[in-house]
Amino acid sequence: MKLVVAIVRPEKVNDVLEALYKAEVRGLTISRVQGHGGETDEVQTYRGTTVKMELHEKVRFEIGVSDSFVAPTVRAIMSAARTGEVGDGKIFVLPVEKVYRIRTGEEDTAAVTPVA
Amino acid sequence: MRNLRLLGALAVGAGSVALAQDPELSAADTAWMLVATGLVLLMTPALAFFYGGLVRSKSALNTMMMSFVALGFVGVAWALVGYSISLSPGGNDFIGDLRFAFLNGVSLENKGAVAAITIPHLLWMAFQGTFCIITAALVSGSIVERMRFPAYLLFMTLWSVAVYAPLAKWVWGGGFLADLGAWDFAGGTVVHINAGISGLVAALVLGTRKDFGRQAILPHNVPFVLLGAALLWFGWFGFNAGSAWGASQSASIAFVNTMLAPAAALVVWALLDLTRTGKVTAVGVATAIVVGLVVITPAAGYVSATSALLMGAIGAFPSYFAMLWRARSKLDDSLDVFAGHGIGGMTGAILTGVFGQKVIAGVEVGYFNGLLAGNPQQVLIQAFAVLIAVGYSALMTFILLKLVGVITPLRASAKDEATGMDVTQHGEEGYTSGEGAILVLESGEPRGKPAAAKS
Repeated sequence: MKLVVAIVRPEKVNDVLEALYKAEVRGLTISRVQGHGGETDEVQTYRGTTVKMELHEKVRFEIGVSDSFVAPTVRAIMSAARTGEVGDGKIFVLPVEKVYRIRTGEEDTAAVTPVA
Repeated sequence: MRNLRLLGALAVGAGSVALAQDPELSAADTAWMLVATGLVLLMTPALAFFYGGLVRSKSALNTMMMSFVALGFVGVAWALVGYSISLSPGGNDFIGDLRFAFLNGVSLENKGAVAAITIPHLLWMAFQGTFCIITAALVSGSIVERMRFPAYLLFMTLWSVAVYAPLAKWVWGGGFLADLGAWDFAGGTVVHINAGISGLVAALVLGTRKDFGRQAILPHNVPFVLLGAALLWFGWFGFNAGSAWGASQSASIAFVNTMLAPAAALVVWALLDLTRTGKVTAVGVATAIVVGLVVITPAAGYVSATSALLMGAIGAFPSYFAMLWRARSKLDDSLDVFAGHGIGGMTGAILTGVFGQKVIAGVEVGYFNGLLAGNPQQVLIQAFAVLIAVGYSALMTFILLKLVGVITPLRASAKDEATGMDVTQHGEEGYTSGEGAILVLESGEPRGKPAAAKS
């Protein structure tokens, strides 16, 4: 099992969700995060106070998948989240030691396989 | 606003010369109109909240700004030229002249206006100006989240002069629609049909938002929508009852009708919601209030309180179903300016011809009899005025948008639209935490590192 962590642009979230759905990846968690990946700073002004937004709004996906699903998941995110400009985000694939499904007590691959 | 056919005839050609028939300046009327003018002006910020709540958070400021800037740009255009070409006694049946340009000759006496008034001419000008401002702001609801702001500013300012002012002349300034006997108490034709049709055309010219029809685009702040609806209703008492131009019985019936018609529309809308989905929605109730207000606007001082209840109830149906249809269509009239103001305005204008009556609650405060009072012809006259307004508004809005489009692009880029109009058009965000923001000093060098995020 792997944990796929992806940081994407907020405006691409719906595209990514759609692509994941088409790739039959079902279980996922998202959260709004702030981060910086080298993209151009955005300048804002409030009554003469000019600021650079160093941290940008991003959305983090966390998806626990069985090994066979890693490639389709990454492909779906990669194609749906890409704009070609700096700031499109990152995908991390992490090893997972153990997974439990709380409701049933199922473990590992059974726990990340969606309920039919 | 009363029909100026008779009153206007007295003033046309007389210019600023005082007429023997001029009524006395009334302190009571002036007091009410001072308040009413402030009330109508409040409707524009109220609309900003109504519209602002309905869009996504990344475009909240942009949407609210579209209403707020009308207070300035349209207000100035009105004082400079708009007032003169819409409501000066000179010119012809289609457009006024420039005698009041730059407010030249608009005095504090109650003389010189196109109508017989009992309040200072200058105050009357300001009262009329608040109508022009809210009408221009109404149009913005159909093109939110995609129009470049500079293009919007130019379009809105030109629109207030080229579309609103002539139409106001035709209906209220002694123009040809007034001569035909079309009645519009507070602006069903000039304000609501006009804004609704312009919005429809603008939505078609600009095209849909990138995400429209592909993903759900939901209101980001429904409490704002309710707040906006509440303040609109409050301001509308000035809009309708102020259109009697005095503290009179006519103002009183308009006031009461402004309370009752939205009430009836709200009840019908809530019941439609309830029977269709099993739930009464907050956005639905807020919308119903506005639709009820739109429907009663042309009739406010011309119909009885019972008729106002009926008009509000009947008026809810066309707009309700138009909105259901619109949401499933390919038309991205984003905030339903057409279904709400266009359809609601047409329903109101026609029903004015049905329910109008001279004697209301025992007093002759109305000006004409409608269908139910034995004058079926009035419905046709009202319908004709609607057609003229629709045609002119659609044609001129189209031409203006094409013209502005030649000068500067109308649409924001797809990337700007996706990022959000607040940041890309205004360099601000509606809801920013300040975390990660670095202060830029005048030297251009950033000071310090981003503040650590709060735990």
